[in-house]
Amino acid sequence: MVRRVISWWRLSGLLVLALTAVLNPAVASAQRNVTLTGAGSSFDNPLFTKAFSEYTKQHSDVRVNYQSVGSGAGIKQLTEKTVDFGATDAPMNDEQLKAAGGADAVVHIPVTLGAVAITYNLPSVKEPLKLDGETVAGIFLGEITKWNDDKITALNPGVDLPGTDIAVVTRSDGSGTTNIFTTYLASVSETWKSKVGAGTSVKWPVGIGAKGSEGVAGQVKQLEGAVTYVELSYASQNQLATAQIKNSAGTFVAPSAAGATACANAAAQTMPDDLRIMIAGCAGDDPAIYPVSGFSWVVLYTDQKDATKGQALVTVLDWLIHDGQQYGADLDYAPLPGSVVAKATAKLQTVTANGRPLLAASPAA
Amino acid sequence: MLDTFVTTLAEAQRAGRRPRRWWSPRLADRVFAGAVAAFAAAIVLLTVLIAWELWRGSAAARHAFGFGFITSTQWDPVAGVFGAAPFIYGTVVTAIVALLLAGPIGIGAAIFLTELAPRAARGPVGFLVEMLAAIPSVIYGLWALFVLVPVVRTHLQPFLAENLGFLPLFSGPKYGVGLLSAALVLTVMILPTVTAISQSVLAAVPRGQREAAHALAATRWEVITGVSLPFARSGIAGALILGLGRALGETMAVTMVIGNRPGISPSLFALGDTMASVIANQFNEADSALFTSVLVEIALLLFVVTVLLNLGARLLVWRLTPHAGKR
Repeated sequence: MVRRVISWWRLSGLLVLALTAVLNPAVASAQRNVTLTGAGSSFDNPLFTKAFSEYTKQHSDVRVNYQSVGSGAGIKQLTEKTVDFGATDAPMNDEQLKAAGGADAVVHIPVTLGAVAITYNLPSVKEPLKLDGETVAGIFLGEITKWNDDKITALNPGVDLPGTDIAVVTRSDGSGTTNIFTTYLASVSETWKSKVGAGTSVKWPVGIGAKGSEGVAGQVKQLEGAVTYVELSYASQNQLATAQIKNSAGTFVAPSAAGATACANAAAQTMPDDLRIMIAGCAGDDPAIYPVSGFSWVVLYTDQKDATKGQALVTVLDWLIHDGQQYGADLDYAPLPGSVVAKATAKLQTVTANGRPLLAASPAA
Repeated sequence: MLDTFVTTLAEAQRAGRRPRRWWSPRLADRVFAGAVAAFAAAIVLLTVLIAWELWRGSAAARHAFGFGFITSTQWDPVAGVFGAAPFIYGTVVTAIVALLLAGPIGIGAAIFLTELAPRAARGPVGFLVEMLAAIPSVIYGLWALFVLVPVVRTHLQPFLAENLGFLPLFSGPKYGVGLLSAALVLTVMILPTVTAISQSVLAAVPRGQREAAHALAATRWEVITGVSLPFARSGIAGALILGLGRALGETMAVTMVIGNRPGISPSLFALGDTMASVIANQFNEADSALFTSVLVEIALLLFVVTVLLNLGARLLVWRLTPHAGKR
């Protein structure tokens, strides 16, 4: 009993010490502890988790809570102003912008890039399959139904392709991966553009639908002759066989982070002022381009109501598109090319609170 | 305290009246009755609020497509054209097939457990059955995707196609995933519900009645069909209705094995989709107000279908059991 009393005393003493230690610097520093909340894309989640925790290590007064709820839900939460920023793999459409208060009310900041890999189950084929846009569209339209179709064999000279039926597997849930993939197909095939179109969820002409990357990959693993599309990080972490895709320079390129960065660089010249662009199907003479790629954006209000929070938010985002890019490397995220970083920084500088820009005009160190 | 209460109560009874205290049993009765009435009202209110919210949220979709929404088979999110028929079809077919399979198996198992199984086996088996009901549906889904679907594709579908292939029900390409696999995983999922409740109801059959039948030289079969089952009929119907409810609303496990391709085909081998699974698949990334509203309308239809099927099942029970109203 006596011992317990003593330890209580000791404990409360420690508590007081700890409290003063925590409170003092917070009171002294000009910037108070800030917690920023964001919601959206699940594709961004691993990168954000890693990068924001690194940021908090370096700047202990800023914390970022990110909820991986899906791009559409992230945009909804931003519009309802329940979060400080949203993250999305598809730029907000005109209807969503209108709901958020107009085209100028929100800025799109590209924060990272992803590539979509085409993966298949053909145990007898050892070397990577080579495909071009027309052929991929033909397969997913249901026009090419056998693996030894002339169109596929012509692209793969010397490879003994089996006569197996092609079983198409697609994502059944709305997804940014689907958006990038269908945008690519619409850019290479007129038939696809008019019959199916592009979006996070489309009317697939053929195939089995499965939920999530693990769902489609699971189906492909089981079914010989199956083919699907998954984001690059999922394909490489699970060592799935991926196809090389013919780009505009005429080379066959395996999906890679570098290929996505090259694609973004080629598309940077044609980027509109609001930075809303789907780059899948990008054209250029760089042989490294992997065309099935796409941006992921952070969306935030141009006019920040809370100056302290707004200041912290643009500072974090500025860090994310500069120094923060390195944390994506291990996770198969493609770094933004310099041309896009410059445009994104300029866009961040337009964010204001009480009419005052929150980010200094000089680029961050 | 208790002594005084008992004495007062005794005195009061002798005097022909109840004790008058602020906590008089009559007041306590009233408070209790009021409280439970409020709980019951809360359930009704909740149901009404859900229906109202679904009705309100689906306004845009109802205005855009009208009643044609229920019969249309079009589903094209890019073009903004939506119809619910394939999803209603998928939900109803998978749930009913599951009930047709789980009903006889579940009731049979319950009869075995209450009437035939050695007494020592009843407890453990009953416990295992109830444990099955507690497994999360995503686990059933994973099991179905990696174990059930390959078996269906390589064994069950070829077997059915070979022996019953003349029926349109068992024709078409054998993907493994599809309506059949979804119905089978639902069967497994509702089986514990049907078994556990049927077992409790059968166990409640008065011993005297059973013994009386045996005394009249009835065989075991006659006791089961003539005494136990008629007595438990409405309770077993309740078990089936609860099972049906779970099958109609099940989302995760079904999504994982049904193939998620909206369409109406007479074959159980075909890919399909259900109302619950399309909502789960599409809600997060629904990028237009109309699309969201369409999903809310599908939720409303699921609500309506559930109510209709439940009412149908109840009517059936009333027709079958003349005394059901008295119990």
